[in-house]
Amino acid sequence: MSALAVEVWRGGAQGAFQSFEVPRHPSQTVLDVVTYIQRSLDATLAYRFACRVGMCGSCAMSVNGVPRWTCRTHVDKVARENKLVIAPLRNLPVIRDLVTDMRGFFDKWARAKGSFAGTKTKRDDFARVAPDSADRRKVDAGIECIGCGVCYSACDVVAWNPDYLGPAALNRAWTLVKDERDVVKHERLRAVAGDAGCHACHTHMSCTERCPMGLSPTAAISGLKRAVLGSVLKGEL
Amino acid sequence: MSAKAQSLLWIAQRASAAVLAACVLVHLATIIYAVRGGLSAAEILGRTRGNVAWFTFYSIFVLGVAVHAPIGLRSVFIEWLGWRGRSRDAALVAFAALLVWMGMRAVFAVFA
Repeated sequence: MSALAVEVWRGGAQGAFQSFEVPRHPSQTVLDVVTYIQRSLDATLAYRFACRVGMCGSCAMSVNGVPRWTCRTHVDKVARENKLVIAPLRNLPVIRDLVTDMRGFFDKWARAKGSFAGTKTKRDDFARVAPDSADRRKVDAGIECIGCGVCYSACDVVAWNPDYLGPAALNRAWTLVKDERDVVKHERLRAVAGDAGCHACHTHMSCTERCPMGLSPTAAISGLKRAVLGSVLKGEL
Repeated sequence: MSAKAQSLLWIAQRASAAVLAACVLVHLATIIYAVRGGLSAAEILGRTRGNVAWFTFYSIFVLGVAVHAPIGLRSVFIEWLGWRGRSRDAALVAFAALLVWMGMRAVFAVFA
C-alpha cells in the first residue's frame, strides 16, 4: 500500500499545518486517516467524532478546502495526487486542531426559533398529519438534517455577515413553519426575516451542493422568503 | 430596523427588479430601433419632446433604478464593509436622491 501525504491543522485560530504520512487502505475514510494519526502518530491531535456512520454529524471537517462529513468521505474520492489537507470547519471559531466551537451555530438555531411549539399534551391523542399532504412533503424534504455544520461552513454569506442565521437554522425553521401542529409560525417568520435571516441568502447554493444528507437548505430559504412575503402582505408579520 | 421593514425593503427590491426587467427590454428595443432606422438626434428629440408616454415610461425606469440600486448597495455595505446604522441609511437615501435627480434630469432633457 502506498502512503498518503496528509497536512493537518494544528493550533487554534493561529496555528499551522503539520505533515503526516499515513498508510493507504482500501475503502479508507478521511476519519480513518485522522484516527490513525491520533492513535499511531500524535496522540495530542484533537478532533471530534461519535457514530462513524453518518448519523451524529460531529465529524465534519474541511478536506482539501471542502467541508465534508469525514466518516462517510472516502479518501479515494477526495485525495488529489495522494495528498489530503484537513482543517477545521470554516466560519466557526477553532478551539484546537480540528475541533470547532459549535455554540454559535446552534445558538442561531435557537434565534431562528428552531424548537417545536405545539398545544397538545401527553394526555391528548396523536396529531394525524397526512403523509402525502403538500406541507408534510416539504417537511420531509428538510427534516433529516444531522446538524453537522457543513452547510454553515460552505456558506459565503455566513463568512461575510456573521449575524446571518445560516442554512441549517433556516432549514430547521422552514420545517417548523410547514409543520401543521406548530403554533408560533408568525413569531418564527419574524425571527427569520430580514438582514440576518432568509433575505440575506444570495442563492449561491453552496449549502445544497455540500449537504451530506442531500438536503436543499436553499429551497427551504426560498420557501421562507415566500412565507414572509405572504405574511407581510396579509399584515401578519 | 424591524424585521418587517427589512422584509419590505426586500420586497421593494424584487418588485423594482420586475419593473426594471420590462423597462430594460423596452429600452433596448428602442435603442436598436433608433440605431437600425438611422434616426438622427433631432428626429429622436422630435418624438420624445412633449410625449407624455415616453416621459412616463422613462420616469418609471428612473424611479425603479432609484429604489432597486440603493437596496442592493445596502447589502453590499453590510457584507463588504460591515457598515450599518443611520450613517449608512443616510448615505443610501442620498444615493437614491442622486439617482432620481440625475435620471429625471435626463428624462426632462428629452421631454421639455
